[in-house]
Amino acid sequence: MTATAPARERVLMEGSEALARAAIVAGCRFFAGYPMTPFTEVLEHFAKLLPDAGGVCINAESELEAVGMTWGALSTGARAACGSTGQGLSLMQESFSEITLAELPLVVFNMARGQQDYYQATRGGGHGDYRHIVLAPQDVSEGVELVQLAFHLADKWRNPALLYGDYLLAHTQEAITIEPMSFPELPAKDWAVDGSLSGSGGSRAVTPLGVGKVGQKALGQEGKAQYIATKLPLMEREVRVETGYLDDAETVIVAFGSPAKFVKYAIRQLRAAGHRIGYVRPITLWPFPYSTIAEAAAGPNVRRIGSFELCAGQMIDDVRIGAAGRAPVEFIGGVSTDQSGFGVGRILDAEVIAERLLALHEEREQPPIPGYDVNSYALQPHQAEATR
Amino acid sequence: MPEPTEANGVTTIKSRGTVTIDIDHCKGCDLCIPACPPGVLAMSVEVNHMGYRYPELYPGCTGCAACSYVCPDFVFEVFRFDQPVMTEVPA
Amino acid sequence: MTTTDLPLGPVIDTSSAPTSGARRVEQQKPDLLLTQEHHMCPGCGEPIAVRQFLETITQLDAVDRAIAVAGIGCYTSFSGTMDVDLVQALHGRAPSVATGVKRMLPDALVFTLQGDGDMVNEGLQEVIHTAARGEKITCILLNNGVFGETGGHMTATTVLGQRTKNSIDGRDAEYHGYPILIGDLIAQLQGAAYVARGSVHNAGAVARTQKMFKRAFESQIAGAGFSFVEVLTMCPTGWFIPTPEGPDYMTETLGEVHIMGELKVDGKVRTTEELHAENIHKQREVDDALARGGLHT
Repeated sequence: MTATAPARERVLMEGSEALARAAIVAGCRFFAGYPMTPFTEVLEHFAKLLPDAGGVCINAESELEAVGMTWGALSTGARAACGSTGQGLSLMQESFSEITLAELPLVVFNMARGQQDYYQATRGGGHGDYRHIVLAPQDVSEGVELVQLAFHLADKWRNPALLYGDYLLAHTQEAITIEPMSFPELPAKDWAVDGSLSGSGGSRAVTPLGVGKVGQKALGQEGKAQYIATKLPLMEREVRVETGYLDDAETVIVAFGSPAKFVKYAIRQLRAAGHRIGYVRPITLWPFPYSTIAEAAAGPNVRRIGSFELCAGQMIDDVRIGAAGRAPVEFIGGVSTDQSGFGVGRILDAEVIAERLLALHEEREQPPIPGYDVNSYALQPHQAEATR
Repeated sequence: MPEPTEANGVTTIKSRGTVTIDIDHCKGCDLCIPACPPGVLAMSVEVNHMGYRYPELYPGCTGCAACSYVCPDFVFEVFRFDQPVMTEVPA
Repeated sequence: MTTTDLPLGPVIDTSSAPTSGARRVEQQKPDLLLTQEHHMCPGCGEPIAVRQFLETITQLDAVDRAIAVAGIGCYTSFSGTMDVDLVQALHGRAPSVATGVKRMLPDALVFTLQGDGDMVNEGLQEVIHTAARGEKITCILLNNGVFGETGGHMTATTVLGQRTKNSIDGRDAEYHGYPILIGDLIAQLQGAAYVARGSVHNAGAVARTQKMFKRAFESQIAGAGFSFVEVLTMCPTGWFIPTPEGPDYMTETLGEVHIMGELKVDGKVRTTEELHAENIHKQREVDDALARGGLHT
């Protein structure tokens, strides 16, 4: 199996490798990154595979330079990506904002430590009005598809796309094939720079600013910001979502990513025992499937909605917006990681999840999460009163 | 300063080159004045439409292009004569 | 007000070119500038430097593969007026962007255009690593010792004693620390093939700087490694001095610390003594050439 030729036979490989191979099959020829757990192996696999595919992988001196190098590669019209975990993406945020303004088709890999980067991914940690298309695979097979979709959507809209993964996705080994997907044709990248129009009077500028070359039409700073803002609602048609068991559901659970696969398993068990629980699994975190949530919340038997996330509760905001008061929304997840802080924790256990789903369904108090002390912060006397 | 020759009360100055000066784009920075080796540039008394004085050329230019090298505003175009041009100045 | 011991003779009409009997030896503006107009202050050294590298690209016949990566500073407006395919980067971030461009297009002539605030403050890490990796790009630094665009504040290249808006009594080593001599720093790195520091304070310096650009670009084209041209430029506005005093102020402040010359050629780093001796010799050379009527090669 070579880097560029897809694997038609099933091969056991870890998620990091599968994602890198899928990117190369999608035409990615440049990657830059900085080692950080649990993303490091993605960088390793790109470093190993890209040269054979005629591409370049650079170990940048920091995440900031990694996104900068990718910016340069994208400007030449190449398919290019960078990645890290949430902390590393924090360093890249200014560039993310500006790359979006420059309309470059960046693909970003977040191998996140849990699900607490939801706000960072969907609201954007950078300045300005912008959104990235965010795709959250539930497992390696879906990851292979969504990576290819990410490159297509990024080029289709000339807007960055982010793949939200995690420790499980990166390090789980699955027997998979890397099937190339086919997508509708896209226009040529005549905005890309290669030097050929230098000196012609019609040279090009790839820029986040509202001005290009003198004599060419310019939007201006305000116009540029408005232009990007008016693109946002148009991209909402790329929403993708999976639902199950909603027809007769009394309780609807919303979950994304690797945890969602565990949640679905728990739901199947509970349904077999007669409990009418359904689910909505956003595949795109942005655009978020608000209308699917709204429909689910309006189900004839729906009494409650639960947001299951491995964090203190971020996606729940979007669930509440979608539900728009049709049914109460409760948070049934929790901060959960392992000792190192890189991986997933004890909530991600089918039995623990089933307990929490059932507690919601039967309108009981949420059971304590193993190893999770909800009172670990003690309110101090000087904090007891709100300051006026 | 160019080396003039004097005879019969008339000074003759040799110019080996000349320039065009785009006075509308001059911002009056004065950098060309000391840069000119024969010292044949001097700032005007009048001002251009932006309110800046601009350089004026006197006989004796050598076409060395030093003014063009130091000008931040692309004001000069520099020429070399095929034959030096002589300017006579009464004493 | 400048004075002259002329006039000798009448003012010559310089409104139009001679129609016969003369050949043009210097164009009004470089081919690669879409317009001569710009918003730089009177007496700014940056356009002087920009002219030189643009003309060099044309002379080297590298126009249709030239790609610029611009940083953020006063010079950023040249992004719109240079007729060069261009990527606009963020403050300090041009070297990494240029790296990505060159790795994807190894045959392109890729150069960055940055100021001292951009490159030596914000982006110090970028330029050092890019040079250390020997990325085959040319970084161009316009060094005026201040953050010009924001109004004249201290940067990492501001010299001791120099007065800026946040070193109003002069840069003090104890409080503000010492300047970074970036050209000299870069020259120490193995990946750097050609490193030079030019200046635009007089015609001779400009001519020497032009040669530095040529050798830097040639070094990139030959695949020798990272090339770097720093150019000391006047900023009378940021220095709070009248425009005609710019060149002297520069040679007396920045020029005393950031020494002009070819700092690294063919892998060999030159010493400060060598550079000083060379500067005296070369300045005399160009002064003689100018007095004789030109530097035309």
